Amino acid sequence: MQRYIIIRLIQSVFTLIGVSIIVFSLARLSGNPLDVLLPDEADDETFIRISELWGLNDPWYIQYFTFVKNASRGEFGPSFKWQGRTAMELVILHLPATLQLASISIGVSVLLAVPIGVMSAVKKGTMLDTVGKLIALLGQSLPSFWLAIVLIWIFAVQLGWFPTSGRGGFSNMVLPAVALGWFSVASFMRLTRSSMLNVLDSEYIKLARIKGLPEWKVVWKHGLKNAAIPPLTVFGAIVVGQMTGSVTIETVFAWPGVGLLALQAVNARDYQVIQAVTMFISVLFIGMNLLIDILYAYIDPRIRFN
Amino acid sequence: MTSQADNYQAENYYEPEKNIGEVVLDVRDLRTYLYTRWGITKAVDGLNFQVRAGETLGIVGESGCGKSMTALTLLRLAPKPAARIVSGEIFLDGENILERPENEMRFVRGQKISMILQDPMTSLNPVFTIGNQMVEALGMYYQEEQQRGLRDRAVDILRRMGVAAPERRVMDFPHQMSGGMKQRVVGAMAIAGTPRVLICDEPTTALDVTIQAQYLRLLKQVQAESGVSIIFITHDMGVVAKMCDRALVMYAGRVVEQGDIRTLFKNPSHPYTKALMASVPSMEEKHVDKLYSIEGQPPALFDLPVGCRFANRCEFVTDKCIETYPPSFANEQGHSADCWLLEGQSEWRQVTEAGV
Repeated sequence: MQRYIIIRLIQSVFTLIGVSIIVFSLARLSGNPLDVLLPDEADDETFIRISELWGLNDPWYIQYFTFVKNASRGEFGPSFKWQGRTAMELVILHLPATLQLASISIGVSVLLAVPIGVMSAVKKGTMLDTVGKLIALLGQSLPSFWLAIVLIWIFAVQLGWFPTSGRGGFSNMVLPAVALGWFSVASFMRLTRSSMLNVLDSEYIKLARIKGLPEWKVVWKHGLKNAAIPPLTVFGAIVVGQMTGSVTIETVFAWPGVGLLALQAVNARDYQVIQAVTMFISVLFIGMNLLIDILYAYIDPRIRFN
Repeated sequence: MTSQADNYQAENYYEPEKNIGEVVLDVRDLRTYLYTRWGITKAVDGLNFQVRAGETLGIVGESGCGKSMTALTLLRLAPKPAARIVSGEIFLDGENILERPENEMRFVRGQKISMILQDPMTSLNPVFTIGNQMVEALGMYYQEEQQRGLRDRAVDILRRMGVAAPERRVMDFPHQMSGGMKQRVVGAMAIAGTPRVLICDEPTTALDVTIQAQYLRLLKQVQAESGVSIIFITHDMGVVAKMCDRALVMYAGRVVEQGDIRTLFKNPSHPYTKALMASVPSMEEKHVDKLYSIEGQPPALFDLPVGCRFANRCEFVTDKCIETYPPSFANEQGHSADCWLLEGQSEWRQVTEAGV
């Protein structure tokens, strides 16, 4: 088990290096930031001076190593757009809003999706299964930005139950959490259902019944633990997706999270912030996958021992 | 044919003094139909048989004749919602278990009737240890017992099933064991609740030949120690000869012949049984150009003929066979068969109506 974790950790480090190269180069591909940041009437001298100041004239590999050195200390440099703030500060500043929204939405997704998914599989072909499938179908096919706008129109504008946008009390969270979470509920539920259906068909489930185990134990112990792996894989992606803030949802609801920050940074070609956000998301993603890999091994001994 | 029957008997390597007692399982007119989009599949269609304490009953037949569905029906585990038990009674220890509410079936399963599945590679849950899977079952059979005691019992049962170093094996996961070892564990789980009846659904088909003989011997030993009745499902006539006291020959959802092993092998009376026996290669014939096989296919269970179900493959078929399902004929040895050929023969007496 320890060896397994160590190997996964080393693999993660390599992934991280790969990501840093991609993040670094992608930002450079979007053009010279000074074209956007400096006013049109800025003269060549200012151009050269600022380029010099920010190291934009150095060869790319020097720029890359500077980037890695600073990034490993959490320094991504000052923001171009938000003067007087560092990129990391901005990410940390926007993080609580995103975390708050994501944790509510993920928590509710899991609490809804797992039981409905399992029960749809157990009661395949019944009313419950049909309702479950409908929820999943809608969740996976409605674009979240459209859903967000429709939710605002119905529940905020027409009915006035919730505020239209912004961050505040609990009522502010309901609509964005629903808009953000529905898709996750859908994909999570579908996977749980199909995975569970496979497992329920297996011989060891038959054996568990032959032994005389009560049905709840057959389903929730013998069934669910075996069925957990495919949904768990998606769970990792969903968690990261929501933590990094769905850009569209945060934009529609003017939710001051990391997603909104990223969008604004991209619009302003704010290299440092883009890099900080992207690296942050990547580290989160890699960390999450590592955690999921460890969970796999915990669930399935065949992974643990190989 | 006769020499072959003697052959089988000679191979019977282990025969403890049998102590066959009262009727434990009494199945009457059992019918399990599967309701599918293609129609009604009559997987089990009017089964009658009894099993006595300490006895081994073989159920023989080719794939798809309803053997496994019979086994699952006896446990009331035929796959829902497709399968429905449309008629019949299953008396187990005097109680008709078809009348039990579903949630009380779990006191019957494992403790009164249990089953060993065919493929040991898939019948253990891969994510729990052997110990966990055994203790969880034992916990239901011995509710007042502590964890420790349950674990000791698990170790003890594993040892009885010939698992080496069971104290360490209980901590293993299924993937750490060989196929033969897993099947011993499955067997241990099946006998953990000291059932009256143990169904073995081709328990050795997935094992290699050397392990097969060991496993069969082990089952006989368990039976000799505990007096459990065994229902042994197989398509292998050789195994039937070694293992069983009596056998049912199933064809297309029905029992076409039944009797004790000696008379069945000496005097197979249904053409299907004869053909089955003829298709077992003989040890004595040195030069065989082609192994005998039964031509054709069994009828589809959702589109059964009105007459004898074996008629389209039978060498002795008559018009009567195609028109009307034959009645059962029985002789004095308790041997019976459903075949028109037996009509009018002095030792056979008609015991059921024709055409049912």
